[in-house]
Amino acid sequence: MHVKLHVWRQAGPTTPGTMETYDAPGISEEMSFLEMLDVVNERLNADGQEPIAFEHDCREGICGSCGMMINGQAHGPQRGTATCQLHMRKFQDGAEIFIEPWRAAAFPVLKDLIVDRSAFDRIVESGGYITAPTGAAPDANLTLIPKEVADAAMDAAACIGCGACVAACPNSAGQLFTAAKINHLNLLPQGQAERYTRVQKMVDTMEEFFGSCTNHGECQEACPKDISIDFIAYMNRDYVKAQLKNRKLLSQD
Amino acid sequence: MIGSLDSNVPPGSMGDKWTQHKFDMKLVAPGNRRRFDVIVIGSGLAGASAAATLGEQGYNVKVFTYHDTPRRAHSIAAQGGINAAKNYKSDGDSVHRLFYDTVKGGDFRSREANVHRLAEVSLDIVDQSVAQGVPFAREYGGLLENRSFGGAQVSRTFYARGQTGQQLLLGAYQQMMNQVHAGSIQLHTRSEMLDLVVKDGAACGVIVRDLVTGDVTRHSAHAVLLCTGGYGNVFYLSTNAKYSNASATWRAHRRGALFANPCFTQIHPTCIPASDEFQSKLTLMSESLRNDGRIWVPTNPDETRSPDLIPEDERDYFLERKYPSFGNLVPRDVASRNAKTMVDEGKGVGPLKNGVYLDFAEARDRIGASTVYERYSNLFDMYQRITDEDPTKVPMRIYPAVHYTMGGLWVDYHLMSNVPGLFVLGEANFSDHGANRLGASALMQGLADGYFVISYTLANYLADHLGNQPVPLDDPVFNEAQQSVDDRMKRLLSIGGTKSVDHYHRELGKIMWTYCGMARDKAGLETALREIPALREDFWLNLRVLGDGPMNQSLERAGRVADLLELGELMVRDALDREESCGGHFREESQTPEGEALRRDDEYSYVAAWEWGGVGAAPQLHKEPLTFDSVHLSQRSYK
Amino acid sequence: MALREADRAMATTMERPEIPPINPKRGGTAPWPVTFYRSAVGKKWVMAVTGIMVMGFVFFHAVGNLKVYLGAEDLNHYAEFLQQLLVPILPPTIALWIMRGGLLVAIVFHIHSAYGLTRMNHRANGSGYEQRRHYQAANAASRSMRWTGIVVGLFILFHLADLTFGTLNPDFVRDDVYRNLVASLSRPPVALIYIIANIGLGIHLFHGSWSMFQSLGLNNPRWNSWRKGFAIGFAGLVMVINVSFPIAVLTGVVSATNNPDCVTDGSVIVDCTQYENQEATP
Repeated sequence: MHVKLHVWRQAGPTTPGTMETYDAPGISEEMSFLEMLDVVNERLNADGQEPIAFEHDCREGICGSCGMMINGQAHGPQRGTATCQLHMRKFQDGAEIFIEPWRAAAFPVLKDLIVDRSAFDRIVESGGYITAPTGAAPDANLTLIPKEVADAAMDAAACIGCGACVAACPNSAGQLFTAAKINHLNLLPQGQAERYTRVQKMVDTMEEFFGSCTNHGECQEACPKDISIDFIAYMNRDYVKAQLKNRKLLSQD
Repeated sequence: MIGSLDSNVPPGSMGDKWTQHKFDMKLVAPGNRRRFDVIVIGSGLAGASAAATLGEQGYNVKVFTYHDTPRRAHSIAAQGGINAAKNYKSDGDSVHRLFYDTVKGGDFRSREANVHRLAEVSLDIVDQSVAQGVPFAREYGGLLENRSFGGAQVSRTFYARGQTGQQLLLGAYQQMMNQVHAGSIQLHTRSEMLDLVVKDGAACGVIVRDLVTGDVTRHSAHAVLLCTGGYGNVFYLSTNAKYSNASATWRAHRRGALFANPCFTQIHPTCIPASDEFQSKLTLMSESLRNDGRIWVPTNPDETRSPDLIPEDERDYFLERKYPSFGNLVPRDVASRNAKTMVDEGKGVGPLKNGVYLDFAEARDRIGASTVYERYSNLFDMYQRITDEDPTKVPMRIYPAVHYTMGGLWVDYHLMSNVPGLFVLGEANFSDHGANRLGASALMQGLADGYFVISYTLANYLADHLGNQPVPLDDPVFNEAQQSVDDRMKRLLSIGGTKSVDHYHRELGKIMWTYCGMARDKAGLETALREIPALREDFWLNLRVLGDGPMNQSLERAGRVADLLELGELMVRDALDREESCGGHFREESQTPEGEALRRDDEYSYVAAWEWGGVGAAPQLHKEPLTFDSVHLSQRSYK
Repeated sequence: MALREADRAMATTMERPEIPPINPKRGGTAPWPVTFYRSAVGKKWVMAVTGIMVMGFVFFHAVGNLKVYLGAEDLNHYAEFLQQLLVPILPPTIALWIMRGGLLVAIVFHIHSAYGLTRMNHRANGSGYEQRRHYQAANAASRSMRWTGIVVGLFILFHLADLTFGTLNPDFVRDDVYRNLVASLSRPPVALIYIIANIGLGIHLFHGSWSMFQSLGLNNPRWNSWRKGFAIGFAGLVMVINVSFPIAVLTGVVSATNNPDCVTDGSVIVDCTQYENQEATP
């Protein structure tokens, strides 16, 4: 196939970028989207032009490194699929493809299609864990966890932290990511001790960097792991509860 | 020169060694721990768990990862599960049985004492993971679910859907982020270690490049922990992630650390074959598929009909034919080698004739298409996404791919390399899997090393250095190391040739796969030993790395491929030297009359630890003899 | 420690770009309702709660006004009933004023939080895409909340001026709800305003009544499938009722002649004094 690419090129975090056009003939339908970019990069290198910088690692949809806006859709047109698992057969011969980095104030562009997603780490750092120092754990079967609960926690824990939810959101909100992280732990019995401080800290940190949720549901559509926006609702509920719970604790101090 | 290798295995009976040794080792008092600086390279299972544990105990920990966030390490891609000898199913499992299975599965090329310790702490790993909130699969009653994995005769594998590696890594990552928040860990993302700094024979720091700003910085510490994974990417096409590389371990090797058993690589039989020459990596599908799928090729090499039109008598179910009792469930290496034989005979299937069929037609007729689909839905979906074929209707096409490397830096019982102060954890070391790794054991080893071994053995090492300041950053050893890093990068950027990094990586992969892949022979290995240095020479003459900005992915890759071009040669030398077949290493010259791997315990029952001899120069071989007191040597048979 | 200082001295520093916080953390302490309201989740919660209050009002306002189809007496009787609410516990009209006050506060908070969230989202959005997002789930209703909100807000002002205070209604007669209604809606431009604004209200309600479950965290897989139905039903019902009034007046289904107490000339009201006298001040 023969496609025409419009790709965002930006030399560095502080340099202005522009859309550049590249002609890409001789693309196989069997190629993944990233392999198509590999081919384009090989040709650019041969022509003496610097290859397009983009992030990718596992190329099997689990590491969450890759991610780009393809024709206005995060991770491209196939639902529940990360960019690395998108294949060129999903595009028509002769298609024009627009490729841009994730855009949000919290995701500054570092180079070309690479953005800085460390705001996600800040959210996790602020409370996205169960404090369980090595060695102190009781036997694994001591706590019974109903299958439904374990499954629900797993649904949330499946998040790969790619940032598509933010990129697709009209408000650049980080709610789906944050809700997935919170609910993974808040749904489990082990996570109850820190449940309310966790939601309070993580939501507060999220709001330092990201916009607010106005319930469009775009994040759910863009998510390569099909994480449900119901988790956002559960997070909201826990956040409101945290206001009351924390107040009680403070008055007891 | 390195003297004889001391594995430092403590005395005592196998069952008591670790317990007794934990008491015998020296400790660092809580108040003194903050006086020690520890560098951790890599943030996968081994690195994150080690950093979290050491941070909790009070050491000053610096973690470096080349990823944008620690959670992206390739541990995340492990699908199947993690073994633990919990015996929750009461089906005969025990620490001793897990130990026995691992030693035997490793084809008697691992160190017994290390494996026994691994089996012991496997119990604690699952406890720790559950406490952190890893959502393992559960029974309806709320207890943990187990399954049998990779042909094991007991159900000891804990799993979280097909994403066990992801969930365990998130657990360790979150525990580590807790310590980052607490201030006991300094986390450096997008920071790649480019050299190890050694003073007076002991590891004292690292040289790191910031992949965003391009800054090269020096970091000094009392100990350095390498947790940087395996080197499967030497084959270019593997199931490893694209960034996975061997530079940290290779740089340490060049600074004096021994590289052990480099030729031990594991090939996984059920991967999706390459679809064209631009294929960038291979995707693994869980080998559980072989429980219901039948593997076959057409008997006629010139077959052009679609698989469903080929009559039964023109199909060769070669595994069932050759191994009537195990059939399609023979171990990974046997299944892989037989698939290769078929493809080499020209009977391969698919447009590039590079695969064999894995057919679910029989299962479909037996239990119905929907049941088959339910059982393997996530794998079928993944296969369909990649190939656009529906496995419930058309047979899958599979082919083996490089998956894991059992070799790695040599370490003693304390996980310390022969360079004092340099510890190596997880897949990066050679220790526990011998010549072949059992399914669901990689996650176990990474976490065992990080959570439950290193904190004891590191304290034992550090206790002798209380009061010592780390080597100052303006010490000549740091100057030299930084200079060599700077020079190397300048050299890579200034070659000004015409060929890309990927070109060389692909070429190296072809040589390695052809001559040092699933089956190896003397002539082929010698060919590789001529071709690799020639390719390396070409690399340093004709490489083109463009870009002058601080962030430069081609430059990053060039440095990694340059190291792989040296490592590949060492693998070939090791494979050439080991004139026996064992586990993942199959020498054509050493097989039974039936064509099975023939081990030669009298001559090769040792760990081959190689000392760097210089680029293109012959490395020196050191042998650590292996003895087996608790498990009796036996030859495998799957007839 | 000495090492740390040496470390800093040795590093050839070029700072990594900082991630710009769009809402820097505030120092100091504030009472929890204030901190809660400062958070976006809190603002959304307030929007949902105030939205429910207004939804309640809108619903009863629409249903109550259906009495217009029963004629002037019923409608005006209903209006009087509202004024007499909770009498004798409270003096007449006080309960109504309390409700109006509550409603006003709700609307002020609703608008204020919407304003705050919108500003926050603009800050969060950064530079935006060269090629517009290709939306998959966001519908016209959710995308236009801001604009339908403004339309409804302006309409409320107009509506109050038209039928509550009468400043924009030349035929306004205090307390004759029916007459004022018919008089206003008989003017086609005014009727058009009512129709457009109520369609806007319907769209606003459609997204709001679905979305409030999200904001309040009341999702439950068991009733998630009903939420869309509830939103369509609720918003549709309110819209149909409200839009029916101007249409009914314009088409003559409801007219001044339905009021037996008024003397009319065709469709134009000439005199309702008889009725006014009857409704003498309490």
